[in-house]
Amino acid sequence: MPRTAKAKIKWSELYSFSCFRPNPAAGGPAPVEQRLGQPGFSRVVFCNEPQKHRIKPFKYSDNYVSTTKYNLLTFLPKALFEQFRRVANLYFLLAAVLSIASLAPVSKISLVAPLVIVVGISMIREAVEDWHRFLQDLDVNSRTMKVHVGNGLFVEKAWKSLSVGDVVKVSKNEYFASDLVLLSSSFEDGLCYVETMNLDGETNLKVKRCLEATLNLNEDAKFSDFRATINCEDPNPNLYTFVGSLTFKSQSYPLCSSQVLLRDSKLQNTNYAYGVVIFTGPDTKVIRNSTASPSKRSRIERRMDRIIYILFSMLLVISLISSIGSAVVTGSEKLKWWYVQLQEDNSFFNPSDLVFSGFLQFIRALILYGYLIPISLYVSIELVKVLQALLINRDVELHNEKTYKTVKARTSNLNEELGQVEMILSDKTGTLTCNQMEFRKCSIAGISYGGDVNEVDLAASKQMNIDIERYRFGLDGSDPTSQSFEMLEFSLADASTEKAIRDAEQGVDNFGKEKSRISTSGEGIVIKGFNFRDDRLMDKLWIGSSNVTDMIMFFRVMTLCHTGIPAEENEAGKFKYEAESPEEVAFLVAAQEFGFQFCGRTQSIMVVKELDPSSAIEVEREYKLLHLLEFCSSRKRMSVIVSNEDGRIFLLCKGADNIIFDRLAENGRTHQQATSLHLSSYAEDGLRTMAFAYRIIDTAEYEKWNKIFTEAKATMGPQREELIENASEMIEKDLILAGAVAVEDKLQKGVPECIDKLSQAGLKIWLLTGDKKETAINVGFACSLLRHDMRQIHLSTRKEAESRNSVEALENDILDQIEKCYRETRDKSNKDAPLALVIDGKALEIALRTDVKDEFLRLAVSCSSVICCRVSPKQKALITRLVKEFTGKTTLAIGDGANDIGMIQEADIGVGISGMEGMQAVMASDFSLPEFCFLERLLIVHGHWCYKRISKMILYFMYKNIVFGLTLFYYEVYTAFSGDVLYDDWFMVMFNVVLTSLPVIALGVLEQDVPADVCLQFPALYRQGQKNIYFSWERILGWILNGAVSSLAIFTINIYALSPAAFEDLGQVADLSHMGAIAYTCVIWTVNCQIALILSHFTWIQHLLIWGSILCWYIFLFFYGALPPGYSGTAFHILMEAIGPAPMYWAVTLLVVVTSLLPYFIHIVIQRSFYPLDDHLIQEMKYCRKDITENEMWLREQNNSKKATHVGFSARVDAKIRHLREQLQHKKR
Amino acid sequence: MDMVRMDGGSASAAVPEDQCVPTRRSNAIQQFTQQSLPSCKPVLSPASVITTFFLMGVICIPVGFVSLHASQSVVEIVDRYDTYCIPDPFKSNKVAYIKDSSIPKNCTLHLKVPKPMKSPIYVYYQLDNYYQNHRRYVKSKSDKQLIYGLKYNDTSLCKPEDSNKGLPIVPCGLIAWSLFNDTYSFSRGTVGLKVNRKNIAWKSDRDHKFGRHVYPFNFQNGTLIGGGKLDPNIPLSDQEDLVVWMRTAALPSFRKLYGRIEEDLDVEDVVTVKVLNNYNTYSFGGKKRLVLSTSSWLGGKNDFLGVAYLFVGSSSIFISLVFLLLHVKNPRTEEKESQGKNRRPCAARN
Repeated sequence: MPRTAKAKIKWSELYSFSCFRPNPAAGGPAPVEQRLGQPGFSRVVFCNEPQKHRIKPFKYSDNYVSTTKYNLLTFLPKALFEQFRRVANLYFLLAAVLSIASLAPVSKISLVAPLVIVVGISMIREAVEDWHRFLQDLDVNSRTMKVHVGNGLFVEKAWKSLSVGDVVKVSKNEYFASDLVLLSSSFEDGLCYVETMNLDGETNLKVKRCLEATLNLNEDAKFSDFRATINCEDPNPNLYTFVGSLTFKSQSYPLCSSQVLLRDSKLQNTNYAYGVVIFTGPDTKVIRNSTASPSKRSRIERRMDRIIYILFSMLLVISLISSIGSAVVTGSEKLKWWYVQLQEDNSFFNPSDLVFSGFLQFIRALILYGYLIPISLYVSIELVKVLQALLINRDVELHNEKTYKTVKARTSNLNEELGQVEMILSDKTGTLTCNQMEFRKCSIAGISYGGDVNEVDLAASKQMNIDIERYRFGLDGSDPTSQSFEMLEFSLADASTEKAIRDAEQGVDNFGKEKSRISTSGEGIVIKGFNFRDDRLMDKLWIGSSNVTDMIMFFRVMTLCHTGIPAEENEAGKFKYEAESPEEVAFLVAAQEFGFQFCGRTQSIMVVKELDPSSAIEVEREYKLLHLLEFCSSRKRMSVIVSNEDGRIFLLCKGADNIIFDRLAENGRTHQQATSLHLSSYAEDGLRTMAFAYRIIDTAEYEKWNKIFTEAKATMGPQREELIENASEMIEKDLILAGAVAVEDKLQKGVPECIDKLSQAGLKIWLLTGDKKETAINVGFACSLLRHDMRQIHLSTRKEAESRNSVEALENDILDQIEKCYRETRDKSNKDAPLALVIDGKALEIALRTDVKDEFLRLAVSCSSVICCRVSPKQKALITRLVKEFTGKTTLAIGDGANDIGMIQEADIGVGISGMEGMQAVMASDFSLPEFCFLERLLIVHGHWCYKRISKMILYFMYKNIVFGLTLFYYEVYTAFSGDVLYDDWFMVMFNVVLTSLPVIALGVLEQDVPADVCLQFPALYRQGQKNIYFSWERILGWILNGAVSSLAIFTINIYALSPAAFEDLGQVADLSHMGAIAYTCVIWTVNCQIALILSHFTWIQHLLIWGSILCWYIFLFFYGALPPGYSGTAFHILMEAIGPAPMYWAVTLLVVVTSLLPYFIHIVIQRSFYPLDDHLIQEMKYCRKDITENEMWLREQNNSKKATHVGFSARVDAKIRHLREQLQHKKR
Repeated sequence: MDMVRMDGGSASAAVPEDQCVPTRRSNAIQQFTQQSLPSCKPVLSPASVITTFFLMGVICIPVGFVSLHASQSVVEIVDRYDTYCIPDPFKSNKVAYIKDSSIPKNCTLHLKVPKPMKSPIYVYYQLDNYYQNHRRYVKSKSDKQLIYGLKYNDTSLCKPEDSNKGLPIVPCGLIAWSLFNDTYSFSRGTVGLKVNRKNIAWKSDRDHKFGRHVYPFNFQNGTLIGGGKLDPNIPLSDQEDLVVWMRTAALPSFRKLYGRIEEDLDVEDVVTVKVLNNYNTYSFGGKKRLVLSTSSWLGGKNDFLGVAYLFVGSSSIFISLVFLLLHVKNPRTEEKESQGKNRRPCAARN
């Protein structure tokens, strides 16, 4: 079919009427005209004269879109500000400043260096992240499109160089680079189809229509001297309204939103379109709609802040003790301590101004005990998170083989939050489904085709067989009596069940075979949109069947009742089709496979190549299209009236089953029962169903009706639509049922399994979609969020309430419904019957109002699954926020389109699907996945690991700083609170920066409680994160206590073992520097051994870092001590001369390590032996190789570890098994 | 703790086998990025716990005994003389006594040797309630001046004992200024006991921290006289009393080495010590003691380490016994685990 012919069809004439097409005349020009030029409506665009927009009053922003946080100038101040918003950093900044004012008890370098390192690393990270954003922007901004440069010449230009007033030519499947006003398109009547999925998530195509005045500007050359002026509103975020006027050839025409093509939507089904740029870059509506992504912080991090506050208060308390102590001592000992000469002028120990001295001491103590505040915690955490993100990004299992896309952690600071998610809010299209329809099954004349292996039955039968096996096993076992009895019952199960199982078994085999055939041989059989296997219908074999006439009618409905057009023809003579909805494409493709090839249409003729059953050859037939009664959501059906070559008139109708069934003739109901049975089974599998019917109209009746209908069409005014509807109602009756079809809204790979696993891990999944209710429910079934024995609660606004037209009435109505449902769930004896809530956008709008929302959320949270349909992007965000606030649980929102941005930003974690072309969702997201099913591994493996890693890491960090900081304090007591330090300055610098930093980073990056495969096998492990077991306040306080105990052990043992007698055989006594070095050694040993106790995953890296850190201390001490005395301070020759040769040194180290770790060790031993957590048990089982030696037990524990859930494939299988068992019991009685 | 080698999860299997044989390095990187590095996981099974505690006991108790024995083998004579050395008329006003330079400060102590003491016998003086670790005190010295003497003239750290009459003090600072200046001379019966006062300081201090050519200058010339004086003709590196004193003690109660008696002492020997009781500890209520002590390989007499080891060791043994008992009484064997169907071990507990 030549392209021009297609383009010549005037759609506007073909469509007899339209239900929801926007009326271009709506709105009325008068008010628009009035408002233009006023404030808010001041924009003037000189079409085709972009040069006019280079000077002041009309200079608008360019088309460069930036999502970066910083630029070269703002980076330093902004990033510094971000850094010092953290209390701890601010504290250290203050300490550094004070150290420069020589108030600090330690040297300047020891305070400034860590701060510089910490802040520097954080800022480098920020810079790198922003750089990536910049590169992404660059990529978007340098996409090209054709721009008019004069004389009818269109040249490819980068998006960013686009300016207001440019005329652009957009080709099919291209995105609009800015907001345009449509001038003309490849269609003669100036229509074009636009996909706005990126804007609002709706998958159906929108029709845009240009002004009559610009209709003939449909060739490149005609633009050479095109001039026009557009006056319109100022940039605003409103997607659905537009106010403006076009002045062309000194005539003014009103413009409305149907002439506006928005940035990031896509031209479809139209070869090309011309438009003039009106809003660019930051002025475009989509950019106006996007909000700056909020910086999110994980729960753990927020709790960490509170820990920091606790540590701060500890710091304040001990500083206060120190300063008061110092003041008291100074005051009372002033004359006695002659050797200190306190009476002399020194502000720190000035007996005559104790208050001021005390204050100075307080500040000094604040700085000195600053080691309680883990300065490097933030930077370590950031480093660890970046590494974690790197490992997530590099995971081979999260790698899409086809698209080469991997999971990307875009903001790494939420890694551990992934381990605590309890609620997933998911978009449908593009996330769960591929937005691709596949023809799956059909029922013709009461016979179902397309295979009936139901995966649920299959799995159920498998499971039951395993059970039977087990009973058989039990028969051989020790306790045969009772079990064999049961077994007998089981095996004597009634024939039907047995048969069902057997059938299913065979099905498994067939299924497997078929699958293997397709995957191995391929043979190009895989046809997009067609996933149908039944030999009875394929390869013309249906010709031989008994009810050929029914089949022909069925196929004719399929071939003729649609609005599609063939697009391309391949070598084999097969067509690709384009239509408004993907379902129609699927039908056409299927019909083509069955031998009814729709070849094309002109204004009134449809050409079909039909397989003639009698001769089994293809004949080309022409059908005259008399009328097309279009589909719309209220009618739920579509009909065409055609006459064939013999002049016989047919009405072919397709639509929702109940609508069709209502309109059947008495003699047309022969197969109704069988068909409706099939329909319900299709629906249970989540397939979208549709019934086909036809009617033969005799000419007289048609003529009569045609008159009425034409009259109705000709009517102008408000009653036109009603008249038309009535007229079509008259002819769409007495139908004969031809059959039913089922198409699958194709789920993405692995979605059901993923949902299954996630729900076993205790996650709740809510489906939020802009699509209509039926579709949403279908998908709900397909991915096992719904099943048939669930009680579905539908919340919707009722007509009566709606008609009253007051919000209050609607509110009350919804409230009533909610309460009724709630009462029912409480009262009903079958409390355990799972509930599913289905709510549509309108009802949701009411339900989310402040006075209803609590009730609503209470109900929603108690439901097993919740499906919200027809929700706007704003509502998605609102639901997310309310759920987050109401339940206080961690929510994750996942979506792929621009319509999900709100929800992605609002949720605790936003996940974008990067599989599709649009990038908005990904840009706004915290994590991007190529496929939904990767969510499973991302959450259950990486999330779980990261959660544990980060919590363990923070606790350990706190511990080690407390151990170190408190020894300083204890020593203070022995120095009369004078503020002296036990350790050398450089020891203190080394502590956080070198000697203890690497093992804890290894802990944060590499720690695993169990390997990845075990994580996936035991979903219960994930719930530890949801319950936050590893970062509970008990644990936090426990670790603080542990730190205090360890430091006490270190300090007391050192004090008593080393003093006052000699500590080595040459009679030398330990002085301050020896004591410091020895105590410091003990601290290093203790904290490094402690981390060895915490770790449950030892690779060579951990070994290297832990033991290396300890070794590093000795090496450091050696080299530091070897420096000349001016540099090495108190550590001069200390290791080699003094403490190294002393056995006491080593004996004390051993004693301290054993003693200080003993309490923790006893604690974990008791916990593991008597109160083991899940991970402990699993580790133990894995350690004993139970997974290999006792497979059965391993599997049973896996089953036990699953959360009882109502959602997911396994739950469905379980329900099925229960159902079969009940039947069995029933039969037995 | 027993270790078991566990190879990582399934991820490593994701590497297709038909690929060219990966080098060891690339394999290691692969294992690292897939987080499937081979690891050792110690698991605290009851048996390993009991053995661990038992082993800890087995190690600690002998170490404890050895240390205790070493400490017990040390003979130590401690004699507090600060109150004893004050003549009765001054008992009520010790500070006046010590400050009055006209009163002779001689004093004689008689120490009885309880056990035979092998040479070298270390002589210490011990001060109590003396805050050598006071921040102001600790910082009040100039390391550079100690090495370079007058060549280094920044003595700001030494305030208030930095200069006198416009001239810098060498050695400056409070520590040097408050040098301990009691002296002891020993005799057994009538024969004097030689006390070796050389090599009592750390060698590194003598060689590197105190100048070989730095002589005391302008020292103790001020109005306020602190402790001992120094012979201006002996370089600082040879003033070992000062070197020892300058090593500030960590705790307010400390001993410092005075010298070594290089003769054995027998039981019942009476050592007579002539003390010059110069040093003022009376102002702040400090105690002064004279300590004679031998040393063992572990140092001086201090039972703490041994006792602590014994305590930790025996507690470990005790804990291991408790666990053993619990384990015998209530074994958590595999049988039990596999039978415990009712107990859902994997139901998450808090």
